[in-house]
Amino acid sequence: MSNPRTLFEKVWSDHIVVDETADTPAVFYIDLHIVHEVTTPQAFSVLRALNLPVRRPDLTLPTLDHSTPTTPVSTFKDLLVAGEGAANQVRQMQQNCKDFGLDLLGYGSGQRGIVHVIGPELGATQPGKTIVCGDSHSSTHGAFGALAFGIGTTEVGHVLATQCLLQRKPKTLAINIDGKLPEGVTAKDLILAIIGKIGVDGGTGHVIEYRGEVIRTMDMESRMTVCNMSIEAGARAGMIAPDETTIEYLRGRPRAPQGDDWDAAVTRWQELRTDDGASFDQCVTLDASELQPMVTFGTNPGMVVGINDPVPASDDVSFQKALSYMQLESGKPMTDSAVDIVFVGSCTNGRISDIEAVARILQGRNVADGVRMMVVPGSEQVKKEAEQRGLDRIITAAGAQWREAGCSMCIGMNGDVAQSGQLTVSTSNRNFEGRQGVGARTVLASPATAAASAVAGHVADPRTYS
Amino acid sequence: MTPVKKIKSRTVVLPTRDIDTDQIIAARFLTTTTREGLGANAFHDLRYNLDGSEKLDFILNQPESGGCGILIAGNNFGCGSSREHAPWALLDYGFEAVISTEIADIFRNNALKNGLLAVVVNADTHRWLLDHPGAELAIDVEAATITLPDGTVIEFTIDGFARHCLTEGIDQMGFLQEHAASIQSFEENRSWKP
Repeated sequence: MSNPRTLFEKVWSDHIVVDETADTPAVFYIDLHIVHEVTTPQAFSVLRALNLPVRRPDLTLPTLDHSTPTTPVSTFKDLLVAGEGAANQVRQMQQNCKDFGLDLLGYGSGQRGIVHVIGPELGATQPGKTIVCGDSHSSTHGAFGALAFGIGTTEVGHVLATQCLLQRKPKTLAINIDGKLPEGVTAKDLILAIIGKIGVDGGTGHVIEYRGEVIRTMDMESRMTVCNMSIEAGARAGMIAPDETTIEYLRGRPRAPQGDDWDAAVTRWQELRTDDGASFDQCVTLDASELQPMVTFGTNPGMVVGINDPVPASDDVSFQKALSYMQLESGKPMTDSAVDIVFVGSCTNGRISDIEAVARILQGRNVADGVRMMVVPGSEQVKKEAEQRGLDRIITAAGAQWREAGCSMCIGMNGDVAQSGQLTVSTSNRNFEGRQGVGARTVLASPATAAASAVAGHVADPRTYS
Repeated sequence: MTPVKKIKSRTVVLPTRDIDTDQIIAARFLTTTTREGLGANAFHDLRYNLDGSEKLDFILNQPESGGCGILIAGNNFGCGSSREHAPWALLDYGFEAVISTEIADIFRNNALKNGLLAVVVNADTHRWLLDHPGAELAIDVEAATITLPDGTVIEFTIDGFARHCLTEGIDQMGFLQEHAASIQSFEENRSWKP
């Protein structure tokens, strides 16, 4: 009998083309490469200079998401809204896909959207695959038991040309989540609490496997939210073993295996779990039953606090600098903070269940005076589904804006930004200085907390709006 | 890539922990389609006020920082976004090496592939470097050593392959392409197809 192995080790060893040695890293095969307009132009330039084709267009999934405007189509048909740089980048992506024979999910495809939203919804993201993208939130796809991680543009070129990367084997970190999430506490609150516990560098050099009953009872969209923010703990990737929930999610999706191939795939996927007795390099345990809705108070995603707890204190210079940037004081709860903007969207929380959670709170209520709320679906398909269910009408009736799909204010490179000093409650993943606009202050939260804060006009506990 | 064998330069110190790649190069500067010219906007929001004037108290705006090619940074430098624009911006600005107690995985990978040396040192060495801004260091990439001004030699670890590529100026694309036959064989023989 072979040695017990972790989920990560099974997927890792299944993709080794050439073993690593003391002198050289492994040649590591990639099953799905998702590409977008911002981190690829220089990679395509390298292919042109070396006169190389894209080796596997069939394993390459290109879309447009980062710098695309989210205002209605009629006002951006010439892409002026996003600025000439962004427009040029979009045009270059369209040309690159044409020149290299890639099937771009662009405007008019009905399938365009954030890289980490469309992979799963098309069924291209599958258990046991290796998935990369020039975007650090590639860890999202690990929710399916894939090994997925972000890469730089040089490596995007490597994958385009060879379908492989040079990799050293990372270490493993098990995060066991015991207990049961209390009513009104979501996957976003859980992952913020995890990052708060292990720190923004707690996962550096490691691939995380999220384990335990809390994970097993989560739906796929919640699992994606958890894995998405693995990178915010510094981890290379986050993974969750596939189970019936995973299989039911993928069944019938356009790029999932069909017929006999489906049956064979399911049989293979059922082996993808950590064997009893397998060991991890590190283990962390968290009791979910203690948690409350979480928000960030500082300038990295590890600076988190329970919604009803006071902002902590520390003499550390970097900590003080963060509080000063955020214009916050130790000892006061975040619920004292007035809100200027509420942003719902991103690869963390821009899926249909996130929009539903927001609509549930906005139903029959109004966004507070002076608050601007934007709801940006993660993909054209999410947008369509939300509209079929009438969620867009609940959102607009409450006074919030219903936008076109894209990354939008999460990265703020398409013109959707906050002004200096404005406070945004955001369902995205990064509260870094200047991330959502120069001098902009970001409070990361779940969709429910974001919606409650929009109604209250200050950071608010969503459980009082159920 | 130009070979990087030895670096001799003065240091500039940015002691803040967790400096993310958004701070190194903000997203609004990522609409470029080339690698060049990003240095002008490296650390932009730390360097400039909203009206475009320089923040005079920021270290990179002070005269003694001119020509310093080695950045001493707080723990967990380069966390966050995978944007390779971050090392491109630092190189274009004039940095040749970054030294910290911890450097985020993706940033370190990206940096080394572009000839920006990313070095992790222990807490004692880091403390000394933080306390001595402007110190002239001699880094020998081949030997994996840093020589302090008083002649003290500090060893650091660097992946052997990354070091080989740095010192020889090797582009890893070529190395991967040499394995074309193995890649072909892997694709043909694997038990399932993606």
